[in-house]
Amino acid sequence: MEKIVEVKNLSFKYGVAEVLKDVTFSIDRGDYVGLGGHNGSGKTTLVKIILGLITPDVGDISVLGKNLKKFKQWSKIGYLPQSLSLFNPIFPATVYEVVSLGLISKKKFPRRITKSDEKIVDNALQELEIIDLKNKLISELSGGQQQRVFLAKALVNEPELLILDEPSNALDSKSRNHFFDLLHDLNKKKGTTIILITHDIGHIGEHANKLLYLDKNIVFYGKLSEFCDSESMEDVFGRESQHLICHQH
Amino acid sequence: MDISFFEFINYSFVQRAFISGIFVGILCSILGLFLVLRKLSLIGDGLAHVSFGAIALGVFCGFYPIYFAIPIVIISSIFIVKLTQKAKIYGDTAIGIVSSVGLAGGVLLASASNGFNVSLLSYLFGNILAISTSETYLSIALSLVVLAIVYLLYYELFAVTFNEEQANVTGIKSDRINLLLVILTAITVVLAIRVVGIMLVSSFFILPAVTALQISKGFKSAIFVSAFTAILSVIIGIFASFYLNLPAGASIVIVNFILFLLSFLWRKSM
Repeated sequence: MEKIVEVKNLSFKYGVAEVLKDVTFSIDRGDYVGLGGHNGSGKTTLVKIILGLITPDVGDISVLGKNLKKFKQWSKIGYLPQSLSLFNPIFPATVYEVVSLGLISKKKFPRRITKSDEKIVDNALQELEIIDLKNKLISELSGGQQQRVFLAKALVNEPELLILDEPSNALDSKSRNHFFDLLHDLNKKKGTTIILITHDIGHIGEHANKLLYLDKNIVFYGKLSEFCDSESMEDVFGRESQHLICHQH
Repeated sequence: MDISFFEFINYSFVQRAFISGIFVGILCSILGLFLVLRKLSLIGDGLAHVSFGAIALGVFCGFYPIYFAIPIVIISSIFIVKLTQKAKIYGDTAIGIVSSVGLAGGVLLASASNGFNVSLLSYLFGNILAISTSETYLSIALSLVVLAIVYLLYYELFAVTFNEEQANVTGIKSDRINLLLVILTAITVVLAIRVVGIMLVSSFFILPAVTALQISKGFKSAIFVSAFTAILSVIIGIFASFYLNLPAGASIVIVNFILFLLSFLWRKSM
């Protein structure tokens, strides 16, 4: 199985505070990994290191078979950050302008959006059922609509690896179900590899086929069936939590 | 004033004022939009204070002050960025440090050369109607260079201004784009000093941009509205200054502010 992400002996400190300690794992093509852990367990830091946004103190990272230091195929990665950090609320960009920004990773200098790109953007907006918002200002939309716009931006290049950081926070229950159905289809029909960060471990089992549970280092990484059968995980999570995760799976 | 409109616009000094003012106005308004959205509005003010020190040094050493100021202000703008990155301090603090050092340097040099002379005061308040032919050519040439860079790197500047982290994930080197933005701002500040003066230069960056933010329905449209506001302010401001016998730089700023108020009221009425 082709490895999409490989992390070896990764450690990272913010000042003197240890955030990640000797983390090693790999993600195969087509995996749907739920990345869980309590607040401050290092989930977002791990993802930011994989995306090259933070340089680790120690460790080797490869993405899509390339060492991260030499990695340039950014159009093959879609990233949806936590909603609160998405943009300046007075920014005057339209939905179309925001989603088209997702295409520039494919472009060479001088980067330009063409007429054919407009069709690609329209397709992404249609897929997310927000085509009617195309010319609206992003700041005028509800939290759930904004979340879908940023997902359209992350998906507009049809990425091989999609990384989502707490994506369902701004969504109501109907939008959340639609959102997770869409991720399921991307994973099953298009083979998109997904890393989904959530602190809500109780719901990971509904969506992911693998669980990576962090607490500075890896507490558990493997298939959900292995997690459900593991007595040591019962000791860590308690029988009730383990049952909740496995039952929903 | 008892001269006709056509007589007025036929004066070569008036034509130079319009040409320089419009070019510099467009430049300030477009860069201003990026700066305002990045919460770096006061970098124009900070670099103008540095320009004061650089111009005082130029006057003190007997060099032509504007040419002398451009490289010094560019170096200061790079220093602001590096100070922010390396010394772990916020951008506004770095601007404050560099600006106060520049201003203090200017005051010391002015003092050493027996106080503020007429030449130095003309840079403090600007005089668009006294712009020379060579300064007009310099304004046009540098404006075209800066506008070409903004055009070619439009999507990089847009992406980094919208969200630096997401821009990095699309392979854009946001550090380089940030550095470029402040260098372009440094060049523009020096050009704008002749138009509105050191004291008012930041308004040239901020007011057209905030006017555009009131009424624009997209980022590209914000750029055009910002540039249009700047052009309108320069034209009305120069006419107002001539016919009402007012200082040109201050008139342009007041017209800019009136346009901002009108756009604000228009948005509130929607």
